[in-house]
Amino acid sequence: MAATPTRKAGSSSNILGSRLVVTAFLLVFLTYSLLPLFYLVVSATKDGAALFSSFGLWFSSFDLFANLKAVFTYDGGVFKYWLINTAYYSVLSALGAAFAATIAGYAFAKFHFKGRTLLFAIILGAIMVPPTALVIPTYLLLSKVALVNTPFAVILPSLITPFGVYLMRVYAEQSVPDDLLDAARVDGAGEFRIFWSVALRVLAPGFVTVLLLSFVQTWNNYFLPLVVLNDPNLYPLTVGLTLWNSVASGGGGAQNLYPLVITGSLVSILPIIVSFLFLQRYWQGGLTFGSLKD
Amino acid sequence: MSRGANSTKESVEGSGIKASRSRLRQAAVPYVFLAPFLILFVVFLILPLAYALVISVFADKLVGGTVFVGFENYAQALGDPAFWGGVRRMIYFGIFQIPIMLGLALVFALLLDSGAAWFTSVFRLGFFVPYAVPGVVATLIWGYLYGPTFGPFSQIADYLGLPAPAFLSDAWMLPSIANIVTWEFTGYNMIILYAALQAVPTEVRDAGAVDGARPWQIALYIRIPLIFPAILLTGVFSIIGTFQLFNEPSILRANAPGVITSGYTPNFYAYSLAFVNQEYNYSAAVSFALGAVVVVFSYVFMLVTNRREVSA
Repeated sequence: MAATPTRKAGSSSNILGSRLVVTAFLLVFLTYSLLPLFYLVVSATKDGAALFSSFGLWFSSFDLFANLKAVFTYDGGVFKYWLINTAYYSVLSALGAAFAATIAGYAFAKFHFKGRTLLFAIILGAIMVPPTALVIPTYLLLSKVALVNTPFAVILPSLITPFGVYLMRVYAEQSVPDDLLDAARVDGAGEFRIFWSVALRVLAPGFVTVLLLSFVQTWNNYFLPLVVLNDPNLYPLTVGLTLWNSVASGGGGAQNLYPLVITGSLVSILPIIVSFLFLQRYWQGGLTFGSLKD
Repeated sequence: MSRGANSTKESVEGSGIKASRSRLRQAAVPYVFLAPFLILFVVFLILPLAYALVISVFADKLVGGTVFVGFENYAQALGDPAFWGGVRRMIYFGIFQIPIMLGLALVFALLLDSGAAWFTSVFRLGFFVPYAVPGVVATLIWGYLYGPTFGPFSQIADYLGLPAPAFLSDAWMLPSIANIVTWEFTGYNMIILYAALQAVPTEVRDAGAVDGARPWQIALYIRIPLIFPAILLTGVFSIIGTFQLFNEPSILRANAPGVITSGYTPNFYAYSLAFVNQEYNYSAAVSFALGAVVVVFSYVFMLVTNRREVSA
């Protein structure tokens, strides 16, 4: 900020001083926030011996490519399946969840119908239901219809996002003008066509936000797939990596698995970090909308 | 789809049946739009909850198989030291971890919003990055950082001739988990509070500055009260998250099996009951008992903070 010329030299150096202190304070926390990720990158370049013998926070041997090769070939290349499964579960869950949330949020925002207030209150209340409390009964129910240990067991429960409905309602209320819909109605367009060709275009940024939030939620989910899957070939990355970690921690010469867990972890977070950096405004958009109304 | 010409003809003729049918179709539209979400909502949220409620009042008996036992499982949970041990541990955890995390998040949000530092957008982004890391991976990384053999903290201590910090010991495990959770969620909470601050109209913020109030006074008396609902929201979500703690202890168990018992957190206890002991009925009762604890604590929190808001 440009200091006003009338300001005394003393006060402007005060401001400079306080800026310096605040920036230094923030820098400390930034270091804390990024240190574990730095450690992950550094460790992914080390072989098993260097991991134990060299200083953890600095580079030693450079075996990143050997580690990557080992990650993708160990145990018949099962990591490849974990990566594909994770992407598959996340993409389908995110598309389905975002679509269902968008069309429901739009209905709440733009239509008056019987039970609207009650339904919305129930959905809002569901935001408070801990997802982990649902997992065990969901498992029991899915096992009754023989869906346990199939991709559906992970994808179907991930399709509901009450928070997404809430976001899309707020978003549709703010961004879709009633005049636009009325104009389309006067032109004789049916409600479904209006949604598809008029409203959805305006709702696209909100749709992407919900898509992204659901994608990351499924990508990072651990408890649900841990419970509903028992075939390692169906595991997502989170469950697979913890499996390797517990084998490595079990000792008995399995310690050579540590570099694989570390390098595999790095591979597993890259897509999320990249999507986060490039689609920042959609992430923050969702959180902004979430806090505006409450 | 009825075309424009068609509907004009309808209104001209005033055909009662046709008009009422189209009105009916019109009335059905929002329900059709809601259907995909509602069907999934009922099948994967309402139904599992109802099912858990039902099985929680049954028990497997050696004689007679599965029988209705009423509130017997709940009575057992109320007298179960493993359940209460976990609940007490989470209360400890929350009393320290939530204020530290939300306090940091609030201070960062205020500092970044007031532009009191350089490179604010870099900090905002950097603080938020840990939220993008899956809880599982965050726990794996911190588990290695804590490690007594090749963890960098142990290496530094060793270099300085000090004993290795026992992050994964019985006494340190809870603070170690609290640190992981703080690392993961401070930036997330900061963004929520920051967004709320950004939504405050500029005239309101500038009003304090014109009166010659000091920055901390503006923060305490104007900006914080204005975003109080957002602070409340982060508080409630943190309480819910704390009682649900599962990933961190279940993964760190591989590093320290002796420290993390099956009842370390209530959620981990419910999981162990169901999948180790196959006690599904009792596990469901424990889950609901935990839900009741969460509701009570969230409610008390709202009550206390709301009273404070009124008196302020």
